[in-house]
Amino acid sequence: MAVDLFFKSIAELAALLEAKTLSSTELTSALIARKSAVEGRVKAFNSSDDADALAQAAASDARRAAGQARGPLDGIPVGLKDVISVSGQPLTASSKMLANFVSPYDATVTVNLKRAGAVVWGRLNCDEFAMGSSTENSAFGPTANPWDLTRVPGGSSGGSAAALAAGEVIAALGSDTGGSIRQPAALCGVVGLKPTYGLVSRYGLVAFASSLDQIGPFARTVEDAALMLGAIAGHDPLDSTSFKAEIPDYRAGLKQRRPWRLGIPKEYFGAGLDPAVGAAVEKAIAFYKSQGCEIKEVSLPHTQYCLDTYYIIATAEASSNLARFDGIRYGHRAKGAKDVVDLYAQSRAEGFGAEVKRRIILGTYVLSSGYYDAYYLRAQKVRTLIRQDFLNAYREVDALLTPTSPMPAFKLGEKSDPLALYLCDIYTIGVNLAGLPALSVPCGFTPGGLPIGLQLIGQPFREADLLAMAHTYEQAHDWHTRHPQL
Amino acid sequence: MSSAPDLDLDHVAKLARLALTPAEKASFSQQLGDVLHHIEQLAKVDVTGIEPTAHAFPVVNVWADDVARPGLPVEAALRNAPAQRDHMIVVPKVVE
Repeated sequence: MAVDLFFKSIAELAALLEAKTLSSTELTSALIARKSAVEGRVKAFNSSDDADALAQAAASDARRAAGQARGPLDGIPVGLKDVISVSGQPLTASSKMLANFVSPYDATVTVNLKRAGAVVWGRLNCDEFAMGSSTENSAFGPTANPWDLTRVPGGSSGGSAAALAAGEVIAALGSDTGGSIRQPAALCGVVGLKPTYGLVSRYGLVAFASSLDQIGPFARTVEDAALMLGAIAGHDPLDSTSFKAEIPDYRAGLKQRRPWRLGIPKEYFGAGLDPAVGAAVEKAIAFYKSQGCEIKEVSLPHTQYCLDTYYIIATAEASSNLARFDGIRYGHRAKGAKDVVDLYAQSRAEGFGAEVKRRIILGTYVLSSGYYDAYYLRAQKVRTLIRQDFLNAYREVDALLTPTSPMPAFKLGEKSDPLALYLCDIYTIGVNLAGLPALSVPCGFTPGGLPIGLQLIGQPFREADLLAMAHTYEQAHDWHTRHPQL
Repeated sequence: MSSAPDLDLDHVAKLARLALTPAEKASFSQQLGDVLHHIEQLAKVDVTGIEPTAHAFPVVNVWADDVARPGLPVEAALRNAPAQRDHMIVVPKVVE
C-alpha cells in the first residue's frame, strides 16, 4: 500500500522534490487538505496562515526551478509550537494573555528554518505558557491524541506531537522544560529530541524557566530529527546562554555503529511504571544487547528528589519570567482598574489560567524573603547532586535507556489534581535539571493500541551518538511506519 | 489533603501582583499545600558543602560587540500595546 504523502518522512519527500516528481506547492496543498479533513477532531492548531504557507511553497518551487534549492528541508512544511515567534504571525502561548499578540520578529530557530527553505506553517497548541503535561491547560481547549481521540496527546507540546502523528505537518518544533517534547512524542508515537542546554538558541521563545528550556524537533524518523536538529542548532549571539559548540553532520553520523555501553538506571523502573510500558522498554534493552551493546545497571541516587527540585526551580524562574505580563506594553489589559498596581493584578488575574497562576504563586513563595534559602537555594544545591549523578554514570556508560513516560496516553480530564499530573514527568525532568540531551523514539504499543516511547539520555553535546543509537533501534523495527486511523 | 500553614496566600499573591478570587484561594491553598508537603522531603538531603547550580553549563562574561544595530521600528514595537498615543504607551496616572 502506498504511503499517503502526508505520512512520508522529510527524507522521502526531499527525494521526490529533488526529482521534481513533487512540488512544494503540491505537498503544502496536500497538508492543508489533510488539516481540513482531520483538524476538527485533533485540534492541534491554534491558527494557521494557509496563504502564507502557499506563498513560501511557491518561493521554494521557484528556487528549485532556478537550481538554487537549499537542501533537504527546502519546501517541507514544518509546524511550530505556539511559543516560538514567527514574524507577522500570532504568538499566543495558548494563553488569553497573548490572545491578540502578533510577533514583531522571528525567533532564531524560525530564521534558521526559513534559511533552510522550510515552509514555516501553523501555530500549534500547547499547555498555557508550556506549563503542563497534557495540553489540557490551553486557553483554546485541549488537543486530542490521534491514536485515541478520547485521550491526551501529552504536553506541553501536545499540538506539535499530535499534528505530526495525524499527518498535518511533516515535522514540528516544540520546547522542553521538563519533558514537554519527549513525553508528547512518546504518547503520540513520534520521535522527539530535547537538545543539550545551549545547543539551540532560545531567542524568540516565550520563556518559561530559562535555565531549563530548550527548543527541539518532532519528527517521524530519527533521520528526520537529525535533519531538523542540524538546521536549528548552533551558536547565536542573541542568546547569551547559547554555546559555541561544533555542529556535526547529524545525518551522516547516523551510520556510526558501536558496541555502546548503555546504562539502565534502576530508579526509573520502580513503582508507578505501567507494565506494558515496562515490557516494551525491556524488549528494547534486549535488542541493544543483541547488537553487542554492553548493558549495565546504574544508579542515579537523587532521582527521587528530581520532581521537587524541578517544581521549585521551574516555578521560581517562571514567576520571574512571567512578571513581564503586566498589561502595560503588550498582552491583555484589564478595564476599569483603579490604579497601576490594580491594573497589573487585574490584568494578570484575567489573562492567566489556573495552572499558570498556581505556578506563579508557588514560584513567588519559594523566592520570597524567609523561604528563599529553605526552598530555592536548597533546590539549586540538590540540582548539583542530580547533575553529578548523571555525570558519575557517564564514567561507566555512553548513554542511559529508560521509559520516556511512566504511562501511555491517559484520558482527557483523567488527571485533574496538579500533583498527579506532575508525576507524569518523573522520567524526563532530571534531564532538564542536568542540561543533558535526550530523545524519545517509538518502541511499541500497548495491548490497547497506544504508542510507547523509549528514552535515550546522552552526554552533553553528544546528540550525534544519541541519534545513531536511536537510528540503530528504529531501523530494526517498524513502529514508525504505523499511523493512526483518522 | 493538607494545606500549607506557612503559605500566606494573600501576601504571596500581592507580591506576585495577582488578584485571586475566593474560590481560587480555596483551591490553590489545598493544591499548593499538597505540593509543598511533597517538596518537604528535600529537607532530608544532605547539601553540606554543595555549591548551588544555576545553569547546567555556566557561561560567564558573554559580551556583545558595542556596535549599533537596527532595532525594531517604533510602529512594530508598539503594535501589541494595549493603548498608545503619539508613539507612546498610555498607562494609568502613576504620579499625583
